[in-house]
Formats: sequence, structure tokens, C-alpha cells
Amino acid sequence: MSERLSVLKTYKLFVGGKFPRSESGRVYEVTDAKGKWLANAPLASRKDARDAVVAARKAFGGWSGATAYNRGQILYRVAEMLEGRRGQFVAEVAEAEGLSKSKAGLQVDTAIDRWVWYAGWSDKVAQIAGAANPVAGPYFNLSTPEPTGVVAVLAPQESSFLGLVSVIAPAIVTGNTAVVVAGERAPLPALSLGEVLATSDLPGGVVNVLSGRTAEIAAPLASHQDVNAIDLAGADPELATELERAAAENLKRVLRPQPVDWTAAPDTARLLTFLETKTVWHPTGA
Amino acid sequence: MADVTASDSALRRFLHGLPGVDAVGLQARTATLGTRSIKTTAKAYAIDLAISMIDLTTLEGADTPGKVRALCAKGISPDPTDRTTPQVAAICVYGDMVATAKEALTGSGIHVAAVATAFPSGRASLPVKLADTRDAVAAGADEIDMVIDRGAFLSGRYLEVFEEIRRVKEACVREDGSGTAAHLKVIFETGELQTYDNVRRASWLAMLAGADFIKTSTGKVAVNATPPVTLVLLEAVRDFRAAVGVQVGVKPAGGIRTSKDAIKYLVMVNETLGDDWLSPEWFRFGASSLLNDLLMQRQKLSTGRYSGPDYVTVD
Repeated sequence: MSERLSVLKTYKLFVGGKFPRSESGRVYEVTDAKGKWLANAPLASRKDARDAVVAARKAFGGWSGATAYNRGQILYRVAEMLEGRRGQFVAEVAEAEGLSKSKAGLQVDTAIDRWVWYAGWSDKVAQIAGAANPVAGPYFNLSTPEPTGVVAVLAPQESSFLGLVSVIAPAIVTGNTAVVVAGERAPLPALSLGEVLATSDLPGGVVNVLSGRTAEIAAPLASHQDVNAIDLAGADPELATELERAAAENLKRVLRPQPVDWTAAPDTARLLTFLETKTVWHPTGA
Repeated sequence: MADVTASDSALRRFLHGLPGVDAVGLQARTATLGTRSIKTTAKAYAIDLAISMIDLTTLEGADTPGKVRALCAKGISPDPTDRTTPQVAAICVYGDMVATAKEALTGSGIHVAAVATAFPSGRASLPVKLADTRDAVAAGADEIDMVIDRGAFLSGRYLEVFEEIRRVKEACVREDGSGTAAHLKVIFETGELQTYDNVRRASWLAMLAGADFIKTSTGKVAVNATPPVTLVLLEAVRDFRAAVGVQVGVKPAGGIRTSKDAIKYLVMVNETLGDDWLSPEWFRFGASSLLNDLLMQRQKLSTGRYSGPDYVTVD
């Protein structure tokens, strides 16, 4: 019997619930930690970024309008799907970050647990970030957190899967939609995550994943007038300054890069960054 | 050409004698033209040209005078933050809104186009259609968008359609003694004509009857303007000018929502008809949401930043 030919995987972008190639037709070589070729990943252009923002904006109404309970259920479903693909992610993380199988396994397990942890916040964040404010008058004065809109997320460069999950989940659980720029050197776990999201009842466009040169894709996202916030986790200090300046143009919320130990238990900081507070007054009545 | 409209049979013989449309070739041609890449200064030119060619349209049962006035204000100054933005060509409304639009557009030079003749179905008797037209003209409409009787056309009563267009054309003459007339645009509703051959026949029929413009669709049915159908119209006006020496305008309407689409149409006009038709006088877009997309593209070109729907009006 002849030896079986291997079927190589074509990694593609994840935009609007579909898997397009880059509009530019470009790809770049992705290697493992030792420099061995793993796959070609799409090298997204600024037009891909623009298309992703359009998709994210389109998805925003439905996703932010869904009940918190429903969002939580869908995110939990994502965790279920991740569990089923655990083996694939362990292999990809091990190759990308040069880890042993057991260490990579720990990363993936932590990432799935983190996803579940954030999923639980969907119907609890209002209790933490909202308030019934005492006012000088016969009024109920209630503040509630609302999603800010489309969030551009530059995924961390150093943690290809755990870091990625730790920045996507807090952005979308509250009702935002996201355009994610995968880590430049190790984008494969992010592109595979897109395949998981596509099969988890998550509406198309809520998360969009682009791979390529972080600086090239981030610049149009930072200056884009229809992006409401940007998480600079994956930007180096020089790029971060530049992007923050561009983001000031339409007063985007900016989360500056900071040293984070992705394996440590997170707090609610990321979750609360991409929220706007709405306060309503209502007469208390007799 | 007068003899071809002398009788029903002569007209039928002429229209059915027109060369058939090669549907596959037509689609391939439009697909090829659609791949042209228009960038930088050419794109800026195309965007401004497209804006100046728009018949900004509101044809809803829920139209109010306030909405029409708001639309007129937008037509005069599409982007208030950038005064270099050109005006649109016309505001297209139902007949009863003509006076409101006319007043709101005073001094701007923007035309008022009114849909008439029992738009969009065209199902009314001829006297009603003529009264509808006269009413809009009397209210000050500069342009009349009429629909043809598709029922008559599809059952082969071509002379009836011809006569109807001719009569409506007569009704476009202003009764103020100036001897001027409103421009007549004839809508075929190509989505209901079934074949490209029919579209070509309808084009010739309308031009023979004296249409100033031929227009694809009402925007009220499932299939509206498509690039192949528009190309049939463009070829018809080209051939008509060659044969008769009269230039007729073209207006695709309905379903053109993005700058990219609009630019594809402009490429088609340029490749088929050349410069002679590349002006608002001879080519129009019937559209409402297209303008916002053009404005966002325009802002992108002038600022270098992608714009968003927050920076254009909600219509």
C-alpha cells in the first residue's frame, strides 16, 4: 500500500462568520519556536481590517441586544467546543511556543477555564459595575453598564492561546463585538479559535480574527472612526504610543499594554474597561 | 424611423427585428468591466461625479413634509463638514411632495423629480396617469419618472405602450405658457420584463416615443438595477444616437448601495458611451443609501481614516 499523502491545512481569516482569504491574496510563513515551517497564514491588509469592522458593527446590535443569560450560554457553549478540540490546541500551542505537551496542555486547560470564568460574568457584571445611586430628590437613580461597541483587540504576542482567550472573552461577554489581530509570530491557535467560534452559536461578526503584521493592521483600526475602543495588549511600547495617538481622534477607549502574567487568575479590570455607564432617573412615586 | 411606429404590426416587426442579446456575453462583459481598479485621484473624481449624479430618493408611504425637507437639505449640502462636496442632481419624491421639495430647494439648482403614472405598479387607466403627471408638473416638477404598463408590454401590445409614453410626454409640457416641458424618464421595471431581449425592446420603444431618460427600475420589486441590464440600456442609447441622432440619458435605480457598485456603473458608462454621457445631465443614479456610502468614502480619501455611520446622517 502506498504511503498516504498528508492533507495540509489552509489557515484562513475569520470575518463575519466566514473564512475568507486575505483580500490582498498575501500569506506569510509561520514557523514553530525553532524556526521550522508550520503553515502559511493569511497576511491581512487594511482592507481586511475595514471589512472586519463592518462585520463587527453589523453584529453589534444583535449581540449587545441579546440577553445576558443568552450571551453567557453561548460563551459556555464555546468552552464546550474548545474542550472537544483540546488535542488540536495543545499541539498548536506546543509548536507555537516551544512547550512540552504537558505544559501546553496546562495552558489550554487554563484558557478553557478562563473562558468559562468570563462566561459567568455576563449576567453579573451589572451588579458590580452598576449602582442605585442616592440622589437629593424623590428619584430612583440607576446606573447600568452598557457595551461600548466595536473593540479592536491586539492579542498578546507572547501567549498565543491563553493570552488570546484572556483578551477576547472579557471584550465580548459584556456585549461588545471584536476585531482581533492575532499574535504576529504565532497566529495559528487564533485562526483555529475562529473555527471553534463558528460552530458555537456565536453570531457571525461578533469575533473577527485577522492574522498578519500587527503594526500594519492595527494602524487603520486605531484611526478607524467606527471603532469604539482598542486593547493594545499586543503592541510594543513604540507602536502603542503611535496607536494611542491615532485612537484619540474619535476618543476611543484605550487599554494600554501592561505586563500581565496570563497564567495568574484575572480580575475584572479588562471586563470593565469596555463599558459605558448609562444612568437613568425615575420618580419613586408615592 | 417614423414608419416603424405607424402601426402595431410595424412596431412589433421592428422591435422583434432588433438583434437578440447574448446573455452570457453580456454578463461576461459586465463582470470584466467590474474588475477595473479605480484608485486615488481617479477614485476621488468618480466619487464626486457619482454624488453629483444622484437622484436622492424617498418613496415611502410614510414620507412626511419634514422628511422631504430634510432630504432636500441633505441634497444641497451632503456633507456639511466639507463644503467642497458636490450637490446631488435631483430629489425624487411622490407627486404630492413636489411643492414641498420645490420650496426647500429654491435657488439651489437641484431638480425635483416626481414619480407619476400610478407608480410603482402602473396599474391605472390612461386618464388617471395623465392627470397624475399634469398634477406633478403643475406643482413644479422638473422631471417626471413614469412607469410603463408592463402588462401591455408583456402581452405584446407595443403600440399601446408607445402611445401611453407619447401622451405622458405631452402632459409634461408646462401649462404656464413658457412652452417648456419637464424631462421624462421612463421606468421599465426590468425585474419584471423577464429577458434581456425585452429590456432592449423596451429601451427602443421608449426612445422612439420620446423619452429623455430611460430608467431600469422602481426600486419596489425584488430585482432592481443590475449591471447587465444597465449595460443593455447603455448600448441601446448608444445605438439610438447613432441611428437617429438623439441623445437619451440612462438611470439605473434600486439596489445600488456602495461606492464600489457606483464606480462600476461609471466604468461601464465610460467604456460603452464615453465622456458624452459622464455628466448628471445624461446619467443618474436612483438611490438613497448610496449617498452615505459615497460620503464615507470621500471622508476616507480626505482624512486617511476610515469613516463610520456615526459621521453621516440617519435618513
